[in-house]
Amino acid sequence: MTVTTRGPLPSEPYDVTVVGAGVVGCAIARELAGHHPLRIALVEASGDVGDGTSKANTAILHTGFDAVPGSLEARLVREGRRLLAAYAAESGIPVEPVGALLVAWDEEQLAALPSLLKKAEANDYHEARIIGAAEVRSGEPHLGEGALGALEVPGESIICPWTTTLAYATQAVRAGVDLHLNCKVEEVSAPPQPDVPGHHEQPDIPGHHELTTPRGVIRTRHLINAAGLHADALDQLVLGRGEFTVTPRRGQLIVFDKLARDLVNHILLPVPTALGKGVLVSPTVYGNVLLGPTAEDLDDKTATATTRDGLAGLRAKGRRILPSLLDEEVTAVYAGLRAATEHDDYQIHSTPEMRYITVGGIRSTGLTASMAIAEYVVGLLADAAGPDLDLTVAGNLDPVRMPNLGESFPRPYQRADLIATDSAYGSIVCHCERVTRGEIRDALISTVPPGSLDGLRRRTRARGGRCQGFYCGAAVRELFEGWGGSGAAR
Amino acid sequence: MRRQRHVDVLVVGAGPAGLAAAARLSASGAGTVEVLEREARAGGVPRHCRHRGFGRWGVTGPQYAENLVEAALGVGAAVRTGVTATGWDGPLSLDTTGPHGLERITARAVLLATGARERPRTARLVPGTRPAGVFTTGELQQAIHLYGQEIGGRAVVVGAEPVSYEALSALRRAGVRVAALVTEETRAQVGRARATTARLGIAGVPLVTGAVVAELLGRGRLSGVRLRHHDGRQAVLACDTVVFTGDFIPDHELARRGGVSLDPGTRGPAVDGSFRTASPGIFAVGNGVHAAEPARVAAGEGERVAESVGAWLEDAAWPAQAVSLLADAPLRWVAPNRLAPNTPVPRFVLRTTEPLFRPVLEVTQNGRRLHSERVRRRVLPNQGVYLAGGWVGGVDAEGEAVRVAVG
Ligand SMILES: Cc1cc2nc3c(=O)[nH]c(=O)nc-3n(C[C@H](O)[C@H](O)[C@H](O)COP(=O)(O)OP(=O)(O)OC[C@H]3O[C@@H](n4cnc5c(N)ncnc54)[C@H](O)[C@@H]3O)c2cc1C
Ligand SMILES: Cc1cc2nc3c(=O)[nH]c(=O)nc-3n(C[C@H](O)[C@H](O)[C@H](O)COP(=O)(O)OP(=O)(O)OC[C@H]3O[C@@H](n4cnc5c(N)ncnc54)[C@H](O)[C@@H]3O)c2cc1C
Repeated sequence: MTVTTRGPLPSEPYDVTVVGAGVVGCAIARELAGHHPLRIALVEASGDVGDGTSKANTAILHTGFDAVPGSLEARLVREGRRLLAAYAAESGIPVEPVGALLVAWDEEQLAALPSLLKKAEANDYHEARIIGAAEVRSGEPHLGEGALGALEVPGESIICPWTTTLAYATQAVRAGVDLHLNCKVEEVSAPPQPDVPGHHEQPDIPGHHELTTPRGVIRTRHLINAAGLHADALDQLVLGRGEFTVTPRRGQLIVFDKLARDLVNHILLPVPTALGKGVLVSPTVYGNVLLGPTAEDLDDKTATATTRDGLAGLRAKGRRILPSLLDEEVTAVYAGLRAATEHDDYQIHSTPEMRYITVGGIRSTGLTASMAIAEYVVGLLADAAGPDLDLTVAGNLDPVRMPNLGESFPRPYQRADLIATDSAYGSIVCHCERVTRGEIRDALISTVPPGSLDGLRRRTRARGGRCQGFYCGAAVRELFEGWGGSGAAR
Repeated sequence: MRRQRHVDVLVVGAGPAGLAAAARLSASGAGTVEVLEREARAGGVPRHCRHRGFGRWGVTGPQYAENLVEAALGVGAAVRTGVTATGWDGPLSLDTTGPHGLERITARAVLLATGARERPRTARLVPGTRPAGVFTTGELQQAIHLYGQEIGGRAVVVGAEPVSYEALSALRRAGVRVAALVTEETRAQVGRARATTARLGIAGVPLVTGAVVAELLGRGRLSGVRLRHHDGRQAVLACDTVVFTGDFIPDHELARRGGVSLDPGTRGPAVDGSFRTASPGIFAVGNGVHAAEPARVAAGEGERVAESVGAWLEDAAWPAQAVSLLADAPLRWVAPNRLAPNTPVPRFVLRTTEPLFRPVLEVTQNGRRLHSERVRRRVLPNQGVYLAGGWVGGVDAEGEAVRVAVG
C-alpha cells in the first residue's frame, strides 16, 4: 500500500497514470485496480484526495431524470446511480432515499412540469409524477406559501460525498495503486508521435509520457486526465489543443444546523426555467439542511470563496422556500466550482495514438456518475491499448467498509457493542457532531490518512458542527498533531 | 443495551452553574445528585480562562473551576466527566454516552446547565475563503492554555467586549502580535481603563470602531481580512489569525431535543424566576438561559435553583401556566422570561442591540404600565442591563404577554 506526500517519486514507469484524485479520478483508479495487476499511479496536486470540486457539492445521488436525453451524461448518471447505490450499501457509505420535489411557485413553473415529466420518461425514469398543491403541502408542512404543485421524483437520494471518494481511493490503494499527493503535473512530454497521421493503431510505440511534478518525474505508458477544472489545461500540455474550455461555475451553499433537519423531508429542487436554475433545499446525510447553490460563471479556477451577495441571495430564496429555515443557526458556508464547458455533455475523449484519455466537463453530476464514468473510461482504455494492456482479467478488489458518517445509521457513540470492545468509541471529542476519539484515531491511521484538519473533518465530521471548534477545536488538533500532523502512518 | 439508572437530580453540565447547583442540592439533602460533564474535566468555560477575575477574590478561571468542583464533591454530589447527555427517552430520562458505555438515567428533576458558545465565523455569515487560522475565543484559549499550541504571528480580534480583551491577552501570552480589535460598535464595551490600557499599553493595539470583517482572504492559511467601515470604505488588514469573540448563543440542543420551549430572544430555554422551564421537572440555569453573564452570576443561579428544585421534589407542584416576558427592539432579550404566579424575580437581565443613553425601561401588559425604571448610565450592546423585579406581583396571570421596551 503506497500513499506518498513528499519526497522523490518512483522511477519505474507506470502502465497507467490517472491525474486528479477527485471522485472521478479515484473511481477510475479503483476500476483499473480491479482489473489486473497493472502498475497504476493516481497523481494529485493537493495534499488529499477529494479536495477539489468533489468535496464541495450538494451531495445528491441523482436519478438523471432531467439530463439531456440521449447524452453520454444521461447514460452515465443513470448507470452510475445504480452502481453507486449498490456500492454504498456494501461499503457503509450513507445514502438516504428521501426523494425530490420540484416545486412550482408560479404558473410558468407549473406549466413546465409536464415537459419535465416527459423528459424523465425519455431518460428511462418512470417513477416521477406530478402532484397537486395539497399533496405538496402535506409532504412538506413547513414549505412557504404559494406552492402550486410539484414534480415528485422519488428516486433522488442524498449521499456522503466524502466517504464515497475516500472509499474508492482506499480500495484502489489497497489493491496496489500508488497514490502520490502534493504532486501537481506541470509539464507533460508526450510519447513520440506516430509517423502516419490518422493511423490510430499504434499499440507498440515505445516511450512514455513524462509528467513533470514538483516532486520529480513520473513516467507512464497510458495517461488519463481526470483533472476536473484543469482538464482543459492538461489537454493543452499533452495534446497542445483541446476540444473544450472549462469555465468554472461557482455554487455557494449554506449549511444549516441539525436542528433544522425536521423542517424538510425531501430534496426541494427548483424547476428550471428560462430565468435560471434557482436554488435547492436539501437534507444531508449528516442531518443538516443545505441551501444553494448559486450559479456564477467565473474565470478564476480557484475562486471558491463565498460572497456577501451570494449568501444574501441564497437567504432571500431560502426564505421563500422554507421560511423557518432562516431562523436556524448556520453551521457552515462553502462554495464549489462546477467544471462547465461550452458543450452540453461530458467531454470524454480518447486519443489512442497518444495513449491518452481526457475525462472532462464532468460538471454537476460527477459524484453520481463516477462509477459509470470509470467503467466507460476503462472500456475506452481497453480499446485504445489493445494487447498493450491486458484488461480482460478481473482482479479482486477487497470490499471496503467505511466509517459511517450518516445520521440514519448507528454512529459509534450510539453503539454499546463497539464501546464495550473499545472505550475510545464512547469518548466523544467533537460534541456537536458526536465524533469519538476512536473514530479520529481510526481516520489518522487509515489507508489514506488526512493531510490536514479539514481532511480529518471530511473523514470523521470532527470540527464540522455548529460550534466550528469552540469546544473541540484545540482537542481535535491535539489528536491530529499527536499523530505527527500530516499522517505519521505514512 | 443501555444501563438503566435512577437518580433524584440529574444536572447536565459541570460549569459554574451546574456545579454550584449540585453542591447546594447535595448539601440540602436533595438525595442523589449527579452531574454529567461531557468534557474530560469539570469546570466549564473557566477551565480555560487563565486570567483573573472570577468569583470575588481575584482568582483565575481554573482555580475558580477547581474550587467549584471540590465544593460539589465535598458534599457528596457525583460529578461524572467524559459523559455526554445525547438525548431524551422520556420527559425526565436522558440517554448518555461515555467510555463505560451507554446509559439511560431517569431523574425526578433535570437541571440543564449546558452553557453557551460564541458564534463562529460561519454562523456570522462572514464571506470569503475557508483558511486555517480562524478561531473563537473558546478555541483560542484552549489551544493556548490547555495545549500550548502554536497560533500564528499576527492576529485580528473581532469584538471589543470583555471576552475580546481576554482573547487579546491570550494572544499576547502566546506571543502573537495583535493588529487590531475591530468592532461594529462606536466604542469598546468595556471599562475605559481596560480599553485605554489595551490601546496605549506596551504593545498598543488599535481599536477600529464602526467596522465589520467583510471577507476572509487567503488559501490554506489566512492572509488577511477585508474590513468594511460604516461609510462604505474598505481596507485589508494583513493577518494570519482572526478571532471571532462574543456573539454568544446558548448551547440549546438538548433543551430543544427535549421539547423544552425556548425564549425567542435568548434562544435558550424560557425560564421563570425559579428557573423552571415550561416542562415540569426541567430547570435551566446559567449561560444556557442568558448568554453570556459572568461566571459568578451563573454560579449564583445554581445556588438559587437548588431551593426550587427542592420544592419540586417535595410537592411536585409546577405552575400550570406562565405569562411570557418579551423584549421589544432595540432590546435584544430579557431573562428570566416567564412570569409564573407567586414567583418572585430578584432582577432581570437584558441586552440591547443599539447603544442607549440613560434609557427608561417600561414594562407593560395589556396596554397597562406595570413598571418604569431609568437606567442611570449609557448601555452598549453586549453589556448587561438590569431591571428590578419588584413589579412581578402585579402581572395578570390570565393576561397577554408582558413586554419590556425602551420608553
Ligand atoms: C455546487 C456544486 C454542486 C454539485 N452537486 C452535485 C450533486 O448533487 N450530485 C452530483 O453527482 N454531482 C454534483 N456536483 C458535481 C460533482 O461535484 C463533480 O462533478 C465532481 O466532483 C467532479 O469530480 P472530478 O474528480 O472530475 O473533479 P475534482 O473533484 O475537481 O477533482 C479533480 C482533481 O484534479 C486535481 N488536479 C487538477 N489539475 C491537476 C494537475 N495538473 N496535476 C495533479 N492534479 C491535478 C485537482 O486538484 C482535483 O483534486 C456538484 C458540483 C458543484 C460545484
Ligand atoms: C471565552 C470566555 C471568557 C470568559 N471570561 C469570563 C471572565 O473573565 N469572568 C467571568 O466571570 N466570566 C467569564 N466568562 C463567562 C463564564 O465563563 C460563564 O459565565 C460561565 O462559565 C457560565 O457557566 P455555565 O455553567 O452556565 O456554563 P459553562 O461554563 O459553559 O458550562 C457548561 C458545561 O456544560 C457541559 N455540557 C453542555 N452540554 C452537555 C451535555 N449534553 N452533556 C454533558 N455536558 C454538557 C459543557 O461541556 C460545559 O462544561 C467567559 C466566557 C467565555 C466563553
